[in-house]
Amino acid sequence: MASSIPWRTGEVKEVVWETPRVKSIMLAVPGWPGHLAGQHVDLRLTAENGYQAQRSYSLATPPEQQGIALAVERLRDGEVSTFLTDELRPGDQLELRGPLGGYFTWEVKQGGPLALVSGGSGVVPFMAMIRHRAARASDVPVDLLCSWRTLEDIIFRDELARLAERTDGFRLSHAITRSASPLPPGVYGRRIDRAMLLESLPRPEAKPLVYVCGPTPMVESVANLLVSVGHPPERVKTERFGATGGAS
Amino acid sequence: MITRGFKGRGERADPSRVPPGQYVTSDFPVLSAGPTPHTPLEQWSFTIRDTDGSDLASWKWKEFVALPQTELTVDIHCVTKWSKLDTRWKGVTFDALMEQAGIEPPASYLMAFSDGGYTTNLPVDDLTDGQALVAWEYDGSALEAEHGGPARLLVPHLYFWKSAKWVRGLSFMEEDEPGFWETHGYHLRGDPWKEERYSGD
Repeated sequence: MASSIPWRTGEVKEVVWETPRVKSIMLAVPGWPGHLAGQHVDLRLTAENGYQAQRSYSLATPPEQQGIALAVERLRDGEVSTFLTDELRPGDQLELRGPLGGYFTWEVKQGGPLALVSGGSGVVPFMAMIRHRAARASDVPVDLLCSWRTLEDIIFRDELARLAERTDGFRLSHAITRSASPLPPGVYGRRIDRAMLLESLPRPEAKPLVYVCGPTPMVESVANLLVSVGHPPERVKTERFGATGGAS
Repeated sequence: MITRGFKGRGERADPSRVPPGQYVTSDFPVLSAGPTPHTPLEQWSFTIRDTDGSDLASWKWKEFVALPQTELTVDIHCVTKWSKLDTRWKGVTFDALMEQAGIEPPASYLMAFSDGGYTTNLPVDDLTDGQALVAWEYDGSALEAEHGGPARLLVPHLYFWKSAKWVRGLSFMEEDEPGFWETHGYHLRGDPWKEERYSGD
């Protein structure tokens, strides 16, 4: 029997607004055992009256980097996310446990090609994978298709653009679902659909490893579309977050 | 450790109903490792297998939903921290399946297996005495595919990943062996009251 994964204390080093609603939180965690791109941590917050809340957040940093970073989306009425985005500051301490989750992960040595599809902050685990690939100077082909509500919601926008400019096998596509203003060339102005999946990701014949992460309705829709264009279901990994599916 | 500045909502959940580390939601979130399978009902069957892999019993869909039915209203707890109270299900109990198959459980453990390749392991003792259903109705309606329809296992006193979606059968095992999430770092049994979330907890 494996021994239990311990709670550790991380110190907040830096907090940065990435978008109007998403903040990156950089932490130093003494004793951190290392992690794989795609894994997550559990945070445990404790109020003075003893009340506790736990939530899971994906790691945005690759294994090669010192410390860990989370990217937290501020949810309206989010008990934990509003605290993390509005109140938390450098020097604060956070209780956390990890790394957790051994399924939605990727290492360079697994090869590719990779097809990554994200909705909103579902890009976070993919950021860890892409940073891991860059840190290893890997040329594994990776196509990332990100869906956002508006242009200003794009997380890690400049870093992603810089990595895509290297033309070392990393291709980036954005889909904007709610923008009224004109979009830059090469940005899709609609929800993810079949044509977009065929254009912006490796074809099923290339046998990519496919990962989809985002809010439940988006993941449900994209995973169904991926299977319908010929990706075998067993090669499509999904991770869903947030509120409701159909029945409530 | 007190988290500076954290107050929380201050509404503490009823500790007799909500296990440690959980919060109550009125939504019904979805957690799956892959695409949602959609098996046509005319191709659906539910099979109980012995430890040697031989079939002990099998029902087609129409036969299955004609088995003796039980309704349960229970609280459910997902390892991703949400709990949902007073959920209403209809299905057939594990006990009734054994009775209808005319067998006693031939071993102490089993693996539930599902469309899409999902598996999860369970001790038989966690299923008997009305503790578990194979459910095809949720809140008075046919169970939706993304919540595990046409039928899912329901073992409400364990974390909800044990309540396998799209379940197609149960395969008895002499020894306890890890299923899908259990081989990916999650606890072998998953009792939310003991916070058995991850391997070794």
